[in-house]
Amino acid sequence: MIRVVLPQHLRTLAHVGAEVQVDVPGKVTQRSILDAIEVQYPMLRGTIRDHVTLQRRPFLRFFACGEDLSHESPDAPVPDAVVTGTEPFLIIGAIAGG
Amino acid sequence: MSGVRVLVGTRKGAFILTSDGKREKWNVSGPHFAGWEIYHLKGSPVDPNRIYASQTSGWFGQVLQRSDDGGKTWIQPGTPPGEQKGPGGMPKGESNKFVYDVSKETGKPLTTHQWYDGTQHPWEFKRVWHLEPSLTEHDTVFAGVEDAAIFRSKDGGKTWQELSGLRGHGTGPKWQPGAGGMCLHTILIDPKNPKRIFIAISAAGAFRTDDGGATWKPINKGLNSPFLPDPGAEVGHCVHHIAFNGSRPDTLFMQKHWDVMRSDNAGDSWHEVSGNLPTDFGFVIDVHAHEPETIYVVPIKSDSEHFVPDGKLRVYRSKTGGNDWEELSKGLPQQDCYVNVLRDAMAVDSLDSCGIYFGTSGGQVYCSPDAGNNWKPIVRDLPGVLSVEVQTLR
Repeated sequence: MIRVVLPQHLRTLAHVGAEVQVDVPGKVTQRSILDAIEVQYPMLRGTIRDHVTLQRRPFLRFFACGEDLSHESPDAPVPDAVVTGTEPFLIIGAIAGG
Repeated sequence: MSGVRVLVGTRKGAFILTSDGKREKWNVSGPHFAGWEIYHLKGSPVDPNRIYASQTSGWFGQVLQRSDDGGKTWIQPGTPPGEQKGPGGMPKGESNKFVYDVSKETGKPLTTHQWYDGTQHPWEFKRVWHLEPSLTEHDTVFAGVEDAAIFRSKDGGKTWQELSGLRGHGTGPKWQPGAGGMCLHTILIDPKNPKRIFIAISAAGAFRTDDGGATWKPINKGLNSPFLPDPGAEVGHCVHHIAFNGSRPDTLFMQKHWDVMRSDNAGDSWHEVSGNLPTDFGFVIDVHAHEPETIYVVPIKSDSEHFVPDGKLRVYRSKTGGNDWEELSKGLPQQDCYVNVLRDAMAVDSLDSCGIYFGTSGGQVYCSPDAGNNWKPIVRDLPGVLSVEVQTLR
């Protein structure tokens, strides 16, 4: 199972806690993780990435294992520690304000 | 017993204010959707317990919420808890999927509009500004969105289809965003002719359909906007809001960026009725529920300040359909007040003594249960108010 940490507002929308677990069949990439998230939590469709283009929303970032994966290809494999469930895949909202 | 339900959208959630017909004691519910911008909430005239809410965020985009019990509980249409997956494993609900229609069959090419600097800019969906439930059909609701377009749902908000004839009018490259974005913020459905709908866009102007939304025509003749190369142009005007009394839907009142305007022929032509207002800039305008010639505005100091003049919060009322205006300030702050009242933040109820409501950027929601003569705050310290609607419950 892949562990995914959601930002606060998306936890509220999906009625879940900070971390959710999703089953990702096949190759584990940003895209396959987000596909799985949207199947399990359809109310999150359109909130993390655009409905049509599937582009990451500009004020959201993806991290794992201390690395910023936001600008990696959505089809690139994520770190092994995410695949094994040792580390979570983090979806983080940009910090606003001063 | 009759009562009212006031639906308040703010920068940090929605609030529902309820009272009996006296409108003296209030119950406050909320925040609903805490932390999100709630651009608009509106109840269905067919089923007052059905309320739609536009929940939006720069981070997470658009979410549509619906209540079928008067605001006690909410769902995203199509994705009720426990029924979140469709037959194929994918979600049924697309309540936040607003996709411009570019199909050959029903759509129009996604053209560009004018950007702030005068260059052309592609159309991009950002949020829903205004929700207008059908007057007659239980599951039909319209949405006015940014970048400007009108969408319709016929299934209670689950799925949305653009009425692309508006965006496809052909004048899109001359439309431009106002300070708040290029938003379609006003939708008025003619109660005597449901195929006739009026809409308004900042900054494109007003449009009307007479065929249920298939085709639209600009209705801006008589508007004068000095910031345009051609001040009397067909489109490009920054219309802030339009209102009418349902008993006389051909008589429209408009608060434009500057100028308060009136039309007596369903928008075919307009004339100015700003008269003796201290400033003819403002955002809101509304009409008394029982007196179609009694109208209300809140003058705002512009162009750079956008707060009420002289530190005094004053509503102005005309009982003559414009030109002659009286100041209404009893119960409103008359010193050190520097709030704004945004375009969708005024509403009227239809009780025998017509109630007037408005919300401010400072988080106050005021009510006058006697048509504007006396005002009291219902609440003083909400987040900045984006919209106010009222339902009269009988």
